[in-house]
Amino acid sequence: MVSANSLSGRLEDPARDAGYVDPPPRKGFFTDTSVCIGCKACEVACKEWNAVPEDGIDLLGMSYDNTGGLGADSWRAVAFIEQSRPVGNQTAPFASAATGHSAEQLQQDTVAAGIDVFDEASRLGTGVPGGQPLADVAADATGGCGSGGGCGCGTQASATTRASGTAEQGEQFLGMPGMLAPAALPDRDGRQSMRWLMMSNVCKHCTHAACLDVCPTGSLFRTEFGTVVVQEDICNGCGYCVSACPYGVIDKREVDGRAWKCTLCYDRLGEGDTPACAKACPTESIQYGDLDELRERAENRRQQLHDVGVTEARLYGHDPDDGVGGDGAFFLLLDEPEVYGLPPDPVVTTRDLPSMYKHMAVAAGAMVLGVVAAAVGRR
Amino acid sequence: MSEQPQMKGLRPEPLPSQATPHQAGQPDRPGTDPVGGQAARMWSAGMGRRRQEGGKRRRGDVNAVVPEAEFRSYYGRAVLKPPVWEHDIAYYLFTGGLAAGSSMLGAVANLRGDVGARRGLRLTALGAVGASAYFLIADLGRPERFYQMLRVAKPTSPMSVGTWILSAYGPLAGAAAVSEVAPLLPRHGVLGLARKVAGPAGALAGAGAALTAPLLATYTAVLFADTAVPSWHEPYRELPFVFAGSALASGAGAGMLLAPLAQAGTARTAAVIGAGLELTAAHRMENEHGLVSEPFHTGRPGRFLRTARALTLAGAAGAVLGRRSRLLSAAAGASLLAGSLLTRVAVFEAGVASTKDPKYVVVPQRQRLRDRGALEQEDHRAEDGGAQQHSAPETRT
Repeated sequence: MVSANSLSGRLEDPARDAGYVDPPPRKGFFTDTSVCIGCKACEVACKEWNAVPEDGIDLLGMSYDNTGGLGADSWRAVAFIEQSRPVGNQTAPFASAATGHSAEQLQQDTVAAGIDVFDEASRLGTGVPGGQPLADVAADATGGCGSGGGCGCGTQASATTRASGTAEQGEQFLGMPGMLAPAALPDRDGRQSMRWLMMSNVCKHCTHAACLDVCPTGSLFRTEFGTVVVQEDICNGCGYCVSACPYGVIDKREVDGRAWKCTLCYDRLGEGDTPACAKACPTESIQYGDLDELRERAENRRQQLHDVGVTEARLYGHDPDDGVGGDGAFFLLLDEPEVYGLPPDPVVTTRDLPSMYKHMAVAAGAMVLGVVAAAVGRR
Repeated sequence: MSEQPQMKGLRPEPLPSQATPHQAGQPDRPGTDPVGGQAARMWSAGMGRRRQEGGKRRRGDVNAVVPEAEFRSYYGRAVLKPPVWEHDIAYYLFTGGLAAGSSMLGAVANLRGDVGARRGLRLTALGAVGASAYFLIADLGRPERFYQMLRVAKPTSPMSVGTWILSAYGPLAGAAAVSEVAPLLPRHGVLGLARKVAGPAGALAGAGAALTAPLLATYTAVLFADTAVPSWHEPYRELPFVFAGSALASGAGAGMLLAPLAQAGTARTAAVIGAGLELTAAHRMENEHGLVSEPFHTGRPGRFLRTARALTLAGAAGAVLGRRSRLLSAAAGASLLAGSLLTRVAVFEAGVASTKDPKYVVVPQRQRLRDRGALEQEDHRAEDGGAQQHSAPETRT
């Protein structure tokens, strides 16, 4: 039952701590973001199964995320992050190919020179002996091989000299003409190498759940599976849980006045079924199961990714010694948690509750002393 | 025509200009925002960043001390949900404190036989506690279900604790106030008996209310501190003292406003003590918590706190100087009441503001991790430049 670690610290089984005599193994989610494809099947499945109302058809103007985050009407929410970084040790396209790198710079030069590649191709007969590779037209038009310089291209080459040069070297042309390698056009910031991070966010079902601790009606409760669920027939919408959650998960539904969040499909769990989101996930990014086993599986996956060079892979919420005693729903991330909108070091607020009550008692005492002093010291 | 060392179409070595920005071993492009994409552009355009008010640095402006925080976030979106509580709750903080302060001073007035002061304070307490109940219930998402609060008594929920404190205090304060009608009752008959009983019963109820009042005044600090709201949680050691002092000052303000000059002595001394307690604790709250103290200085909460401080100081000064002037005494009382109300609204709004900017969550938590040294290595690599973290081939095998 109640133990020294009921408010914070390591707790083996929150269900047992909540008073269940012989609870089933603790259930949870392991969300492996390295295989998430951002399909949002989890969001849809969750809404369908739990009859969660629509959360507004918004265009948020940031990445491809138009859900924006978790809330009363979004119990799963897929975050999309666009970054100018390659994934893992991925290198530039075609870097090791015999043809050399992708012609990104060349492509930039071509665009900068205002050359219509299709027009040039039809006029010059690219690849035809005697024709001129488009690459060189672009290079000359922009005054050399891009910004690097020092490559020996004649920067002052005029059209006539180029034409004669082409004639001279026409025989030496060995193929591989101005065929543009498939490199993305740079964006406004000049970035080309980029990656997408996607993560299906969800209620963490904390070992030490602040929302549950502060709920004044007992509407929030710990299930036998160690998850945290709101009883909507009891919730009176006081909103305390909303302020208490260190992850910003639970929220009040405006039209309804009550607080709502992921139940980890409590109704399905009771039937031995898999939660809707995990069932719908096509890439097994969302994995459901016994928490102990999931933690093991997650560590193996992290190791596997590190072995192949994805050293930025890290687990989040897996540690039973963290500020919330470990999450029931934890993640494998490819960047720091705050990049996904997660707090880097969440702590359950009730950890400090005993100290708060002590300070309150002293302050109340000070108030009494103040009144007594005022009564005695009256002039 | 200069010679061309390279043959057309044959490039054995990649040209330097063709190196991609994220080739192995090359540092990340400078100026690339860690968030990337749209957020990077918004960030470099200055969007999503707090603007300094008026662009000038005031004395006491924490921005002058705390450097512009560098942190990463999900497109600048908040990590936390802002409290769903409306300003009702800020007003409740004030009315609850006012009721508590009034009850305590009312009990003193009763002991000293200051009937005029007692009557004013008891009626203030009843009015304030009634308003408190209204604000609390009105703020619920489902007001008709307020009674669900009474189905459990839960020490881990300050709101549950507060409900029970209020349930004990409210009727006692009410009974004490109702006993003030005694002089209006006839001297004989059943009502005459009530008139006789009213005095002692009122004294007893008033004493009970005065005993529970300090809890009522201070539990609200725990109510706010026991959240993930950075600017409410971090000052959890000072907040009970701020609220205790503010409650005492507001109760004393009511006393000075309502009581005859001769009976307002206790209130005047209490006003000075309460104001001193409030201002001392608030000073710590506003300055001891680094970045998390910032919302107490900026925007509306900052203005409100500065005004509140001026009003409270003026009220305390008036309490000392206004011993001979009913008008000055009343004005000082009103000033204390206004100061207390503004303090509560400012604390409320500062907390709300601290949930809306992710920096108040991310920066202190990152600092905490750094202090713990848990991310020591990662941080080193992050500081050296983001790309190396992903691209240095010699670090892995």
